[in-house]
Amino acid sequence: MTTEITSHGLTRRSLLATGAAVLATPMLSRRAFAAPTELTMLAWYGHAEPDMVAEFEAENNVKFVPKYYTGGDNMLGLISQSPPGTFDIILSDAEYVQALNAAGYVEELDPNDYAIGDFFPEFQQFPGNWADGKLFSLVTRFGFLGVAYNTDALTEAEASTYNAFWDPRLTGKVGHFDWHLPNLGQMSLLAGNASPYDIDEAAWAAVQEKTMSLRPQIGGFFDYGGTFSSLNDGQMLAFCGIGDWITGVLEKNGAKVKSVIPEEGGLQWSECFSIGKGSTKADLAKKWIQYITSAKGQAKSAQMAAYPALIPNQKGWEVLQAENPDEAKRQGMTKDAGNAMDMIRAGRIKYRQWPIQQDLETWNDFWSEYKGA
Amino acid sequence: MRRPVSLYGLTFSLPLLIWQLLFFVFPLLFLVALSFWTVKNFVMSPDFDTVNWTTMYGRAVFWQAYGATFALAAGAAALTSILAFPCAYAIAFKLSDTARRWAVFLMVIPFFTSYLVRVYSWQIFLSDNGIINVMLGWIGLGPYPLLNTVGATMVGYLTLSFPLVVLLQLFSLVFIDRTLIEAAHNMRCGRVRTVFEVVIPSARVGLVIAALFAFILSFGDFVSPIYLGGGDPTTLSILITDTTKSGQQWPRAAVIALTMIGTLMVVAFAAVQFAYKGKTK
Repeated sequence: MTTEITSHGLTRRSLLATGAAVLATPMLSRRAFAAPTELTMLAWYGHAEPDMVAEFEAENNVKFVPKYYTGGDNMLGLISQSPPGTFDIILSDAEYVQALNAAGYVEELDPNDYAIGDFFPEFQQFPGNWADGKLFSLVTRFGFLGVAYNTDALTEAEASTYNAFWDPRLTGKVGHFDWHLPNLGQMSLLAGNASPYDIDEAAWAAVQEKTMSLRPQIGGFFDYGGTFSSLNDGQMLAFCGIGDWITGVLEKNGAKVKSVIPEEGGLQWSECFSIGKGSTKADLAKKWIQYITSAKGQAKSAQMAAYPALIPNQKGWEVLQAENPDEAKRQGMTKDAGNAMDMIRAGRIKYRQWPIQQDLETWNDFWSEYKGA
Repeated sequence: MRRPVSLYGLTFSLPLLIWQLLFFVFPLLFLVALSFWTVKNFVMSPDFDTVNWTTMYGRAVFWQAYGATFALAAGAAALTSILAFPCAYAIAFKLSDTARRWAVFLMVIPFFTSYLVRVYSWQIFLSDNGIINVMLGWIGLGPYPLLNTVGATMVGYLTLSFPLVVLLQLFSLVFIDRTLIEAAHNMRCGRVRTVFEVVIPSARVGLVIAALFAFILSFGDFVSPIYLGGGDPTTLSILITDTTKSGQQWPRAAVIALTMIGTLMVVAFAAVQFAYKGKTK
C-alpha cells in the first residue's frame, strides 16, 4: 500500500507537510497585507452597504462594521447600553442630535476639517449641529415628507393637498407610517400652523381633532417593511408621514407611486454624522465624514441604494448632475427653478422636530389613542 | 415520605433548574425591577417609582388593547381547536400506521420555514390584487378587502398554531382506550354522539392543553397583527413596540409585558385546572 503511494510521490508525511503549508498560506498572505482596520458605524440601514462604502474601504484599508437601527429611540438605546468607544461613527436624525450632545455621546468636530463652505448657506449653520458655537455633528443628507400616492389612483394635482387623505375613493386605502412625529406634523401643517411643532394647547387640540377625523379612512399602520410592500402591491393608495425616501426606491423599481409636496407644505428629515465619544479611531471616522460630505461622497449619498436623499453640498449637486442627470432631475437637484432649495427658500418646508410646547410623550400617547380608536 | 436528594437525581435535574433560573426567573425579576425605573430625557435610571404602573393602567388605550388581544387570542384558540379537531381525529382513527407517520411528518414540515416568511407570503394571497381576489375576479366577484383585517390576523394565528394544535390533539387522541369507543358502539351510541360523549371527554387534557398553546402563541404574537392585520386593532405586542419607540419608555413596556405574563399564568392555571378536573391522578 505504502509503496504504491510512494510511487506516486506521495507519502503520509509529505501529504501532512503540504497540507500544513496550504493551511498556513492565508496566514502568510495576511501578514503581507495589513488587516483592514474595523470601523464601527451606528446608522439607519444602507449607510454601510457596499454601494456607499466600498470605495472608501478600498482606499483606506478599512472594513466597516455596521450596526443598523430603526428609529432614533432605538439608536439612543443602543448607545446608552454600550460602553463608550463602541461606535466610531454615529448617524443620527437631526432631532436626536441634541439629545446625543446633551448626553455627551459624541466628540466635538473641527469645522475647518470639513467642506462646510461648499454647503448651501441654509445648511452651514444647521440647527442642532452646533451648540455654544461648537460643532458636534454634520448634516449629510435630507429629504422631504409630503403626500405619497399611487399614480393610478390620484393625479399629482389631486394629491397636492393633505385633504386628499379624506377622499372618499381612498376609504380604507390610506396608510400611516407608524411614527407619530411625521404624521402629526403633517396634520399640523394642514391645520395651518406655520411652525407645525411649535403650537399652543388650542392648536394642539385642533390638530388632534382633525387627525381623529381621518381615522375611518385608515387601512393600517405600517413599519418600514410594511410601508414598502403595501404601497408596492397597491394595497394602500396613499400614505401619510413619508416621502421620496420610500417612494423613490419603489419608483426606481417600476411601482406606480410618487411623493408630492402639497400646497400646505412639507416636512424635512435630516441625517447627521458624528464621531462617537471615546472612539479610538477618531481620525478614520473624521476621514469618513470628510469623504461623505465631499462633492463626490455627496453624489453617492444622493443615490444610496437603500433610500435616496437630497444633499446639502452644492458641489455635490453638480457632480450628481454630471453623473446621473435623470436622478438629479427626479429629486429636484437641478439648476431649474422650483428645485429642492427653492422649495426650502419659499418657506414650503419645515423641519421635522420634537414638539416644543408639549411633551414628546403627550404626542406619542395621542398617537396610541388614535391608533386604538 | 420524602426521598433524600441523591447525587444521581441532582445530576439530571440541575441543568433544568439552572436553565430556568438563568433564562426565566432572573429575566423576570429584572423585568419586575425595570418596571419601577424612571426615564428622563431618554435615559433610564434605577428607581422605585410606581409611575409606570399608574400611567399604563390609567390609560384607556391600554385596556382597549388588552381586551382586543384577549378576545383575538381566545378566538384564535377556539377557531384553531375546532378546525384542528377533525384533522387530528382523522389522523388518529382513520389512517393506517404508515399514513399516520406521514401525516405527523407533514405537520412538522411548516416549522422548517420561518413564521415571518410564511406570514409575508400570506400577503400575496390576501392583498386586493392578490391570488384569492384575482381568482374571485374570474367568476365576477370581488375584490374583497382581505388583508389588514381581523380575519387576516386570524389566518396568521392559524398559520402559527394550527400544526402544533393538531399534533397535541393527535397525541391525546391516539392514546384513548379504544375499548371505550367499542363499548359505546356496542351500546348503540351513534358515531357523532360517541365523539362528543366518549372521545372528547377522554382526550380532554390534550385538547385543553392544545387550545392553551394556541392561546399563548396568539396572545403574544406580534407578526400577524402587524403584517396581516395592518396594526389595527392595536394589540398588546404592538403597544409594547409603540411604547419603546417614543422616549425610551422601556419601564412602561415592562409593565405591559408583566401584565401579559400574569394573564398567561392565570389562563394557564385555569386551563390546567379545568383539564384535570375530576381526574384522580
